[in-house]
Amino acid sequence: MAPETPGPDAIRVEGLRFAWPDHPPVLDIERFNVARGEKLFLRGPSGSGKSTLLGLIAGVLTPQAGTIEVLGRNMADLSAAARDRVRADHLGVIFQMFNLVPYLSVTGNVTLPLHFSPARRKAVGPHADAEARRLLGRLGLTDEKLLDRRVSDLSVGQQQRVAAARALIGGPEIVIADEPTSALDADARDRFIELLSEEAGRTGAALLFVSHDASLARLFDRAVDLSEINKAGVTA
Amino acid sequence: MKALFSLAWKSLLNRRGSVLLTLFAVALSVALFLGVDKARTGAREGFGHTISGTDLIIGAPTGSVNLLLYSVFRMGNATAEVSWPTYEKIAARDDIAWTVPISLGDSHRGFRVLGTNHSYFEHYQYGRGQSLRFAKGEEFSDLFDAVIGADVARELGYDVGTPLVLSHGLGKADFGAGHENRPFRVVGVLAPTGTPVDRSVIVSLEAITAIHVGWETGAKNPLADTITEDMIRSFNLTPKSVTAVYAGLARKGTILRTRREINTNKGEPLMAIIPGEALAELWSVTAMAERALLAVSIFVIAVGVVSILTSILTSLNERRREMSILRAVGARPGHIFGLLTLEAGLIGFFGALLGIVIVHGLIAIAGPIVMQRYGISLGGTGPGLTDLITLAAVTGASLLAGAIPAWAAFRRSLADGLSVRL
Repeated sequence: MAPETPGPDAIRVEGLRFAWPDHPPVLDIERFNVARGEKLFLRGPSGSGKSTLLGLIAGVLTPQAGTIEVLGRNMADLSAAARDRVRADHLGVIFQMFNLVPYLSVTGNVTLPLHFSPARRKAVGPHADAEARRLLGRLGLTDEKLLDRRVSDLSVGQQQRVAAARALIGGPEIVIADEPTSALDADARDRFIELLSEEAGRTGAALLFVSHDASLARLFDRAVDLSEINKAGVTA
Repeated sequence: MKALFSLAWKSLLNRRGSVLLTLFAVALSVALFLGVDKARTGAREGFGHTISGTDLIIGAPTGSVNLLLYSVFRMGNATAEVSWPTYEKIAARDDIAWTVPISLGDSHRGFRVLGTNHSYFEHYQYGRGQSLRFAKGEEFSDLFDAVIGADVARELGYDVGTPLVLSHGLGKADFGAGHENRPFRVVGVLAPTGTPVDRSVIVSLEAITAIHVGWETGAKNPLADTITEDMIRSFNLTPKSVTAVYAGLARKGTILRTRREINTNKGEPLMAIIPGEALAELWSVTAMAERALLAVSIFVIAVGVVSILTSILTSLNERRREMSILRAVGARPGHIFGLLTLEAGLIGFFGALLGIVIVHGLIAIAGPIVMQRYGISLGGTGPGLTDLITLAAVTGASLLAGAIPAWAAFRRSLADGLSVRL
């Protein structure tokens, strides 16, 4: 279960309702929270509104009603710029695939968030590239030659690890992963989740991991089924 | 900002193929615009520098631009001449300090022949009051002596002592209709001036008369070749007429009155023009064409800038993913907007820069040829204010054009949320 941690939850959602313009509601969630440092598995079939929920938590979308607190700040009350700041400073995001900017090097991709967050830049210190290499090394990308390759030449598994390193750099309090393992085979998938959890644990980051694959739930502190908390229950 | 700059730069490098094409389109359009502008200013400066120190040019009545063109720039032909007695009367006027009679109409292998006298070397000035200078040799003293301009010497490989034959009229080739029986000898080579003088063969007025002995009807008299050089030397070779007269005033203040009096001359009708005034008239004639050309080249630049817009706009779809990644790692919509305008601005800036380099490269290569063919000096138009202003304007216009795709991406990045459904 969630470890005891002081202060507000990493993520706390209450009375959330969201609909895309001219569409029926996608999300109607009474209560949902992720404690600090908690590794939470959120299960939901594709089209169940998972990605929309993550967009709301990340502050790129705004709900029609309800509160979304990230580290105690209600994203619904913040300006767009302030939400962008919260995301830049406190959130790491890993997508399903195509996580990397094609024209940047491997380390360039990892250090990308530092350009947009002075706080994370400060946390990393002056040797951003060394920190990127350290993180990549911890995630199993130790081969120096690999770091010189174009990111599009990396395997999907390698790309996802680079994305994980990027989400973790500068020690954000929350890491959001949206189906990051769906393109990986079973072995690579488990290994990826292990490494990600380990590194998140090391920095104390809460991990919100979203997937349709219920078999992954065993690898996390706690599992939540989106269809159980989402009363909208509509395909989007 | 620095981070955005580096992102924009890397993104452009990543798409270097299409970016280079767009960049070339901009470069060529800028090169065209600057080329037109430089040819225009080069022509103006060249023409303006061709004659200096001459207060009035006097010839038979015609258009003032026409008189200026044939008497100074050796372009076109005189329709009538000034008779010698009238010339002598002008030269004798109290308000005129000096005169240079000139006689045109013959040529040597495409170079025009100018008949004049010693006063030409004394009073003709170009540029900012520079006089003619001899690179080699000296003025003509004998009847069949010739002085040649720098281009004539260089292009034909002539030197002091080279014999040459003048031809009647202005044909390039010396067909039978020439003055073969009256060979001249080069006695002097002038230093380059950057004016039509460089492309002239200068002989005495008497020489012009001499070579036309036997040509009184305008065509060659079959008996002309039977007249020997000694016979010619014994003739009275005072010209019957001259083509035009350069004149310098005794006192500058009288210029308008002197001109009026010459223009209303009783007896032979005459026309006096002030070179600067006639030049201004010429520019007012060409200004329309210049403006049209400049307008066209500005439109071509606009097309170049629009091609930047197009290339970025068409890349947006494939870059949608990239935009959402940037958003996810904390980029604000303003960053997306800035990234795309910056890319457009960079293409515009480097395109314009390349265009400037192309123009100056072309000037370096083609400048001497243009100088030879048209007497227009492009050399004096090194990188200058116009280039800087053009660079700034094209960069500014590109940033503005980039704002359109940037705005589209900005709107889309707001609507897309975190992940794009592809």
